[in-house]
Parts: sequence; structure tokens; C-alpha cells
Amino acid sequence: MIDRVLTINLSDYTYEVEERSDLAEKWIGGVGAGIQLLKEKMNPSADPLSSDNTVVFSVGQFTPAYPYASKTVALFKSPLTGELGETHAGGRTAMAIASAGYMSIVIEGRSEKPVYIVVDGDMVHFRDGRSLKSIRDSLILGRILAEIEGGRGIRSIVRPGYAGEKLVRFACLTTETYRHFGRMGLGAVFGSKNLLAMVVKGNRTYSLTDPKLYREVYSEIYRLGVESEVMKKYHLLGTAENVIPLNELGGLPVKNLTEKRFDCEEISGEKFAEENLGRRIACSHCPTACIHIAALREEYENERYFFKTIMIGYDYELIYALGSMIGINKRSDLLKLIHRVESYGLDAISTGVCLSWATEALKRGIVSKDQTIVPLEFGDVSAYLKAIDFMVTQPNEFYSDLAKGARYVAEKYGGTEFAMAFAGNEMPGYNTGYANYIGLLIGLRHSHLDNGGYSLDQKVSNLNPEETVERLVKEEMWRQVLSSLVVCFFARNIFKPELVERAFRPLGFEIGIDDLDKIGERIYMEKLRLKKDMGYEPDISQIPERAFEVETPRGKLERKFFEDALDYYRRTYLSRV
Amino acid sequence: MKILRLADVEKCVGCGLCMFACSGKNVKNQRIGVGHSGIRSVSLSGFERGATVIFCHACIEPPCAEVCPSKALKPRKGGGVTYNEKICLSCHNCISACRIGAIFERDDGKIAVCIHCGYCVDFCPHDVLEVVEA
Repeated sequence: MIDRVLTINLSDYTYEVEERSDLAEKWIGGVGAGIQLLKEKMNPSADPLSSDNTVVFSVGQFTPAYPYASKTVALFKSPLTGELGETHAGGRTAMAIASAGYMSIVIEGRSEKPVYIVVDGDMVHFRDGRSLKSIRDSLILGRILAEIEGGRGIRSIVRPGYAGEKLVRFACLTTETYRHFGRMGLGAVFGSKNLLAMVVKGNRTYSLTDPKLYREVYSEIYRLGVESEVMKKYHLLGTAENVIPLNELGGLPVKNLTEKRFDCEEISGEKFAEENLGRRIACSHCPTACIHIAALREEYENERYFFKTIMIGYDYELIYALGSMIGINKRSDLLKLIHRVESYGLDAISTGVCLSWATEALKRGIVSKDQTIVPLEFGDVSAYLKAIDFMVTQPNEFYSDLAKGARYVAEKYGGTEFAMAFAGNEMPGYNTGYANYIGLLIGLRHSHLDNGGYSLDQKVSNLNPEETVERLVKEEMWRQVLSSLVVCFFARNIFKPELVERAFRPLGFEIGIDDLDKIGERIYMEKLRLKKDMGYEPDISQIPERAFEVETPRGKLERKFFEDALDYYRRTYLSRV
Repeated sequence: MKILRLADVEKCVGCGLCMFACSGKNVKNQRIGVGHSGIRSVSLSGFERGATVIFCHACIEPPCAEVCPSKALKPRKGGGVTYNEKICLSCHNCISACRIGAIFERDDGKIAVCIHCGYCVDFCPHDVLEVVEA
């Protein structure tokens, strides 16, 4: 059983290990155990950027055992929304945490000076980070730490970039160059703790109770994965395959949702694959390899025949946020923007949405060119590259405000009606209908992945408000089980309840299918309770007016539908905690 | 004798399924994780430069066997070594002797080295590895 919890205190440079079989047995691991740890170790009213904030990284029983159990869950208080922050990342972090011997790693306090921590099996080292401060490229910091710390192949290096150090409220953590603990500003939390990186490594293995059954289930999962048509799509074009279909449907957000369709041929998954795809890589223990890396070859200006080739990861969300949302439809421009955002360790979705708000605000005269410094205009890559620099370096008050997120900046300057954030989190790339927008508001991390509302919109029509909420909540409850194991949501069609139940058995867990549903519901309610303690109350005012003005594939959306849905949600779920 | 070989390293995506397979192949005392693996999936100084796997090159005159004081490692016909963990002293001389870093420390202090059984090949989803006649 994976049940050890490592708690690291940055204020006094101490650490302790506890065996928490109680958490593993009742809450599985991952998000289930993580929520309990956050409840135990953090005051819900803590200032997110103070030493009182606590970060929990959590993996689950399936992590060292099965393919696709490749994710780590991180929980914290979000400096972007001011309430619960939750983010999942792939890469090698999950494998490294399990191999170091832990279910969860808890980080508390704040270091006086810049440090990075190395979790090496049973040891934790606090390393002087003063000479590594203010490195502007997260990739370079990663390479330096890889050389110093060793552990090739069994290690993970999790770090905020320069954006985290500069406390951009939507700074992310980067792991293994191309994977992120994105959304909700965990990078800024690391920055506020003077924590430059967390390196994790180890070689611990775990025992089994039924090796024969284990091998059977393992082979079945592997076979289902490599033979699955759905997984093949993630491998071939990846999530970028959605660009053209969503645009045709009218669900791709364009220029801050001021236009309905976009000339997106050049930035489609097909074009990326044909022209730029350089290689694919995989998260640890994932046979699919959905991470698509584009090669961008650029000649230096005024230096003939002097080229650089950079390798840049792309996905649907980045193509939306730094492409269609800000009117960029040239592949090389889009790749330059993604690269800039990656180097700083910014969340790509939030960055794009903040830029799209700023562009429209400038056009409407809500902010001036003195404030934006560069003349932001949809499609102008050089202006956006500079604006991204300014978001991080914050040369004036306007950019310091923009670095606090779309909701904050719009509340201060005006234009809340077109600041496309829901409950304070910048929207993902789906203008698909009621289920998506309601899902963003009641989803417990305000992510499209909480409940798949964007997918529900595309699959089922004519649901009433109550049915919509019920479908979303039911899906989210099951996803609590998946993110306690912790398996990648892309493999959710493989990890059906019947398989999960069987996969638990050789690990020494007897959990029936009904029990799994109950655990999912319990985790959901526990999380909702914690969110409520942090001030969460879903309300129609947290939806920008523009969502009611634009055409969606479901037509224009009526306020009444949202009011009824939210009223039902508050009565049926929120009132129970 | 057969040996494990790279079929096409450019296809390696760094998923590490070979490590999980190798680490768990011991049927007597099967464990889960990667800590008993004799093969290692690594990035090339960061994934932007790609990935590869490190495993025993099947030397005809294996230096690791030469420095093994207990003869736990013995030269294998066709190249590489056989490993008898019962008599391994956990001295790790072999780890220092291997020029390509293909011998790894296990969580119980003993070592893991590829013995060219080919078990991992069935779990490589992208045909990076193959077993061929030496």
C-alpha cells in the first residue's frame, strides 16, 4: 500500500514522514487523500501568497502499478481565485513521488532565502538557491538542476519559472519540460515561498498480494490502451485535432468571442502534424504518447544562414488561447508565443485570455496605449510577445494588475462584461453551450476537465437545467475516483468501474463497484465543503455578460437557464455541506 | 544466444514501460514500480532533444564481471552477463565499472542489470526494442 506522507516545512527546514494507512484505505490517494491533508494542515482563510498556504502533491495506489496512472494531483489555495486550487500534471512526477516512497508530499511555510528541495527517497535536502534565482528561462533552470542532482530517468524536476518568482497569479509549475501543473497559480505559490524547484527521485518498489491477477489486469490495460481508437487519436494528431471541428461547430472562441468563425486552417492539428511535428513524447507509464512537439526553425535577423531550431509543445488549449482567442493564425507566430509563455512558466490559457481582454479594452478606450505600452491588436504577434514580457516584468501598474488575472484587472479598469473568466479562472477554449459554462462555474476547480461540460454539449441536446447539473456533477464525482488513483482522464474510457475494481484486487484492496461510486461522491462533497469554507458560492454574477451575447452551437444562451441551474445546484449540493 | 538491441531509438517516446516491465518480471517476488529495472528510459538532457533507453550493451568481455568479487556476475555466452543475486555482496563495483552506466542499484541494495531476456520488448508500444541473435 502506498500510504506515506512526507511533510516539508520551509520555515524551519525540517521534514517528517508519517504512515497514513487511514487516508489510503478511506480515500484511496490522489485527490481523495490530498483534500484530507489540506483540511488538516491549512487554515481555509490563509492568504494564498503567505507562509500559511500549504501545497499537497498526491499520487495513488495505481501510480507504480498500471499504465496510464501517470498523473500527480496538486492542491493548494489559489492566488488567482482566492479559493481552492487544484491542478494535475503528467511527466514523471507521479512515478518519481511513488518511487521516492510517498503517497503525498506536503509543503508548508516559507523559506527566508531562495532554496530548492531534493526529495531523495527517505532524505530531504534543502539546497541553497541564491545563485539560481531569476533565471528567466524555465528550461535552463531544469537543465542545471538535472546536471547537479542526477537521478536520470527516475527523477522529476518541478519548478515555477520566472513568472512564479514574479508572483504572476496564473504562473504554473513545469515538469519534464513539457508538462504543467497549470491553472490557478501554483507557480506563484512556489514563488511566494522562495521555492525555486522540487526535485524528487527514488527507487522504491511495492509488494503485491496476487501477482498472477496483477499480470493479467496489467496486460489487459496495456492491450486496451494500444488497441483503442480513442487513444490512437491522442497519439496521432493529439488534442489539436479538435481545432477544425470546433471551429466548424462555432465552438472555438475567436478574438475574445467577438467573432464567430476563424481562419484556422494554418493552426489546425493536421497542419501542425504535416509541417512542424518533430517528435512525440510520453508521460511515465503511458503507452500512448500524446505530447506533440513542434520544431520551429528560425533564421536570425541580419545573420544569414544562422539558424536556431526550438522544440515547442502544442495542444488544443494553447492553439485556442494563444491563437484563435487573440487572432493569431500563423503557425510560426503561434509557436513563438507558446515558447515565450513556456519559458516564463505562465499558464497559457490565462495568458491568452488576459491578452484578449487587454486588446479589447484598448480598442474600447477603457485602457490607454500609455498603459499597454505596445499597441495590442488581434493578430499582432510582436505586440503580444512584448506584452507577455511585461506581464512578467511588470514595468507599470497596468501590467502588475494584468498579472493578477482577467477578473481582477477588469474589476479595476472596467470591462468585466468581456473579461472571460468564470469564478475568477480564465476560460478554456470551448464556446459550446450551457453545459460548458455551467460546468466551469460549478466544477470544483473551474476547469473544463472537472466534468467535461464541453463534451456533454456536443453529445446531448435538450437537457433542462436540472438534468444538466445532474449530469455534470455525476461525471465529476466519478472523476474524483480517477484522480485519486491517479489515472489520466484521457484513459477514462479504459478505467471503467468494473476494471478499476478488478485492478485494485492484486494490490490488496477490496473495493466494490458501489463502494467506488460512494467514495467518488464522498470526495466530491469533502472538496465542496472545503471550497465553501474558502468562500465559494456559485452565482450568475461570476459569468461575464459576453457569454449571454454570443452565438454558441446551442444558439444564444439564456440567463434564466443559468439561474435555474445554479439555484438547483445550490439547493441540491452546496446546501448539504 | 539472443541479445536485446535498439531497433530504432528515434521512436522512443520515453514512456518507461520497459522499466516497469523489467522491474516487475521477477515471478518469485514480484514487486511494482521501477526500482528493480535493468533498463532505464531517459531524456537526452531534457525531452526537447528526445529520449532513449540505457541497458547492457552485451560486451564480449564484460568489465562488470571482472570486478565482481563474488562471481555473482559472470560473462554470458553471446555477450553480457548472468546475475546470481543470492551471492551478490552489494559492493556496487560493477556499477562503477560499466562505462555506459547500465547497471542500477535496486531498493534492496542489490543490483539490476539487463540479462537480455527480451521481456520488455512485448511492452514497448513503439517498436524501439528488439531481440536478435548475437
